[in-house]
Amino acid sequence: MTAIETPQADGRHVGRPLKRKEDPRLITGRATYVDDLNPVGTLWMAFVRSPEAHATITSIDASAALAREDVVAVYTAEDLDLAAPLPMAWAPPGIDLNVPEHWPLARGRVAHVGDPVAVVIGEDRYSVVDAAEDVIVEYEPLPVVTDPEEALRDEVLVHPDLPSNTVHEWSLGGGDLEAGFAEADVVIERRIVNHRTAGGAIEPRAVLAEERAGHLTVWSSTQIPHFLRLFLSIMLDLSEERVRVIAPEVGGGFGSKLQIYGEEILAAWAARKLGRPVKWCETRSEAMMVTHHGRDQIATVRVGAKRDGTVTAFHARILADLGAYMMLLTPMVPSLGAFVMSGCYRFPAVQTDIVGVMTHKFATDAIRGAGRPEATHMIEVALDQLAVELGLDPLEVRRRNFIPADAFPYETAIGITYDSGNYQGTLDKLLEHVDVEAFRAEQERLRAEGVHRGIGFCTYTEICGLAPSRAVGPSAFGLQGGGWESALVRVHLTGAVTVYTGTSPHGQGHETGFAQIVADRLGTDPQLVEVIHGDTSQGPNGLDTYGSRSLAVGGEAIARAADKVVARIRRFVAHKLEAAPEDIELRDGRWIVRGSPDKGFTLPEVAGLAYIPEDIPQDMEPGLEEVAFYDPGNFVFPFGAHAAIVDVDPETGKVTLVRYVAVDDCGPAINPLLIDGQVHGGIVHGVGQALYEQVVYDESGQLVTGTFVDYALPTAAELPSFETDRTETPSPVNSLGVKGVGEAGTIAASAAVANAVMDALRPLGVTYLDMPYTPMRVWNAIQEAAR
Amino acid sequence: MSEVPVRLSVNGRTHEVDVEPRLLLVHLLRDRLGLTGTHVGCDTTSCGACTVHLDGESVKSCTVLAVQADGCEVTTIEGLADGDALHPVQEAFWEDHGLQCGFCTPGMIMRAVDLLAHDPDPTEEEIRRGLEGNLCRCTGYHNIVRAVKDAARHPHAGRIPAPGVSADGAGAGRELAQEGLGA
Ligand code: FES
Ligand code: FES
Repeated sequence: MTAIETPQADGRHVGRPLKRKEDPRLITGRATYVDDLNPVGTLWMAFVRSPEAHATITSIDASAALAREDVVAVYTAEDLDLAAPLPMAWAPPGIDLNVPEHWPLARGRVAHVGDPVAVVIGEDRYSVVDAAEDVIVEYEPLPVVTDPEEALRDEVLVHPDLPSNTVHEWSLGGGDLEAGFAEADVVIERRIVNHRTAGGAIEPRAVLAEERAGHLTVWSSTQIPHFLRLFLSIMLDLSEERVRVIAPEVGGGFGSKLQIYGEEILAAWAARKLGRPVKWCETRSEAMMVTHHGRDQIATVRVGAKRDGTVTAFHARILADLGAYMMLLTPMVPSLGAFVMSGCYRFPAVQTDIVGVMTHKFATDAIRGAGRPEATHMIEVALDQLAVELGLDPLEVRRRNFIPADAFPYETAIGITYDSGNYQGTLDKLLEHVDVEAFRAEQERLRAEGVHRGIGFCTYTEICGLAPSRAVGPSAFGLQGGGWESALVRVHLTGAVTVYTGTSPHGQGHETGFAQIVADRLGTDPQLVEVIHGDTSQGPNGLDTYGSRSLAVGGEAIARAADKVVARIRRFVAHKLEAAPEDIELRDGRWIVRGSPDKGFTLPEVAGLAYIPEDIPQDMEPGLEEVAFYDPGNFVFPFGAHAAIVDVDPETGKVTLVRYVAVDDCGPAINPLLIDGQVHGGIVHGVGQALYEQVVYDESGQLVTGTFVDYALPTAAELPSFETDRTETPSPVNSLGVKGVGEAGTIAASAAVANAVMDALRPLGVTYLDMPYTPMRVWNAIQEAAR
Repeated sequence: MSEVPVRLSVNGRTHEVDVEPRLLLVHLLRDRLGLTGTHVGCDTTSCGACTVHLDGESVKSCTVLAVQADGCEVTTIEGLADGDALHPVQEAFWEDHGLQCGFCTPGMIMRAVDLLAHDPDPTEEEIRRGLEGNLCRCTGYHNIVRAVKDAARHPHAGRIPAPGVSADGAGAGRELAQEGLGA
């Protein structure tokens, strides 16, 4: 099974699996990532980082480092004259947040391993690292707390200058929870731990900054060049028009580069101070330590249900380990899960209560899915547990609770309106690929041979397309910003097209998908449409890429800008052909008067009319380009049904993923090749968390998983090929009907794998086990159950 | 630090450079010779983003000292295509959407070429095991494995430089390209 057949209707490009326009430069080694840039005179930064999880800095002696010939400067917090600390951009109305100040260099005290204490700047990539080792820092260790439940007790304070470790409490609910539990025949409760993970983009972070004549240019491996420009401007007290941020080729993000990092600010600050370009390239060991982590939630989930499996109440209490500092969106992330705590079900009463707490670890923040994988994991694992409790088929429990396809738009108990869906439809399609009955027979047979095979399902919906400003903005959800996106579509005199998008891709394939959208609307070839992104000096303001927003928000902005250009095309052609603009249409690559195909204009010919406007009326503007800003009316809610099949070796505890089938619905495909790619990568991100990956700190706050040797990203050897399929249910929210798909695979996968592992382990007496299903953990659980 | 002379051939061109004894081959290639297609993704020889060919075998160039490459022939991703003619493995990665952010891709392609040189007709399992030392966070490997499988159908997929110049190689290359779905 590969990509579904997409009809190639009348030369249209939307819907076709066009191979990517990005790839020629990437497969030949001609792409430009930040570390590929070396302006003449570039200086290098290296950091002196705390080996302690919590300590007072008693002295810093940089004299030996400064005595080195190729060291230019060593800076500590005292030298920094920044106008503001690092930002945290969430201020939910009516909620007090207990937030520590966070500066690019620690001020007198460090609060996690890797907290930067000093920065060394020198002439050479290697020697600046030697010099950093020559900086002698003395620390007076302070008590450390790494366990979030212990941290709640405030016996050890993460920041002794703050009254408590608790950052905030936040709730969202709807329906009558008490009544729901009262009318339930059974109530189950599970403690579900969603452990800490890393983003794991293969390109570590990198930044290069240069100032010339009062104008600052910063190249950064970031998902958010526009936000970075804003915060550089604020923190350096530099007028925003003098700051240009470029995100060149970015080697993956997965949320970990949706951040304003101190290193970015320092590079810019130092470049201005020293009058030379300054560059920093993170090592992988630094990335594991100081590129934000994700997840790390302990949930207590209670589900009330009727005997037939109908859920009457769903309550999740979440303790979120936020780490030592609140970065851009740190405390907000768990709340994103609360918006979909109904999953794809008609739960009459739903409640999410979140407590955020600090520990002496690095900050958590958005990692692929950001809150929604955690919520989906809770819901889907809990439903399987409920099914076992009731002696029902887990799919039957899901079917009984599905929001029916004819109920959309559907308002959930918490008042969120799901745009469109057909959950039964994706599940039916999944079951065309997975014969559950045959599986059960095989499972039985294999068990007799000592192989414990299990199947697990996840039916999910998620919330993406961030975001309607009125829903997420300062007076609503509390984000200190809007959620719109922008686009500029420019037809050149030759008919070639340049599109500027405010989104900032890092592997997704925007240059191809967006070109397909524009090519169809203007009547040209996608190869003649160039998409420019990731440069704040090019095109209108933008809000960058995260939260599966680029197509549903950014793509719609492009479609709208293209439609405005079409309106101009119509006017030029109508004037020339003495017809009414509304009668002009695109047919076979030519703009004609409806019904008279003999006379018409190709796009280059229309551009000629627009740019050599010899005979247009005085009140008609020449030129052929338009800008559009688009603020969505609602979020979009992609959905799907996934199945995982695993084998567990009871002798070793080793879990092997045998088969994975995914049916996703993100609306009509723009480019099915890109969708499949996003789904594959997303699945592995979730499978990785379920089976292999975990960020581990020991009790003293030391990072145990400091490299790719200890932090086990999945390799090709551990995985099977995947089977993917789709259904297409259009969203009414945007004109393309599209929803996001970048996070969907990750949101679904960990629960599907968890349920499969549990299905395999149940005959061995293991009824519930948390991720990650490492051999040791699984083996121990089997031994425990046998006792 | 005192420097030592190194003479090596990279993508068919001879270079004589003086380097610090500790300079890694990857940094010689990137920072001194300007061949930035070879990437660095880790500091523990785990990711394979830095994979190049050293005397015809794929190696992780972050784990080779420049001085160790003295007298050797190095091929990097920049030396894989034959002018405008892509190497069959490059072609297959493009056709099969075997890359997203592209950061792992040069190393992945160099590793795949070596894999096919040693095993021209690998099974899926052999491909997966053969790529074990190269990490990709974007693709989930599905399309990478597919690309290597497809490239294996080309008679010279394990050969460097690109075999498009030979008659049968060029024919097979065209065939592959035509089967592709894209524009
Ligand atoms: S850079 Fe990761 S293996 Fe060489
Ligand atoms: S394509 Fe991004 S890491 Fe492989």
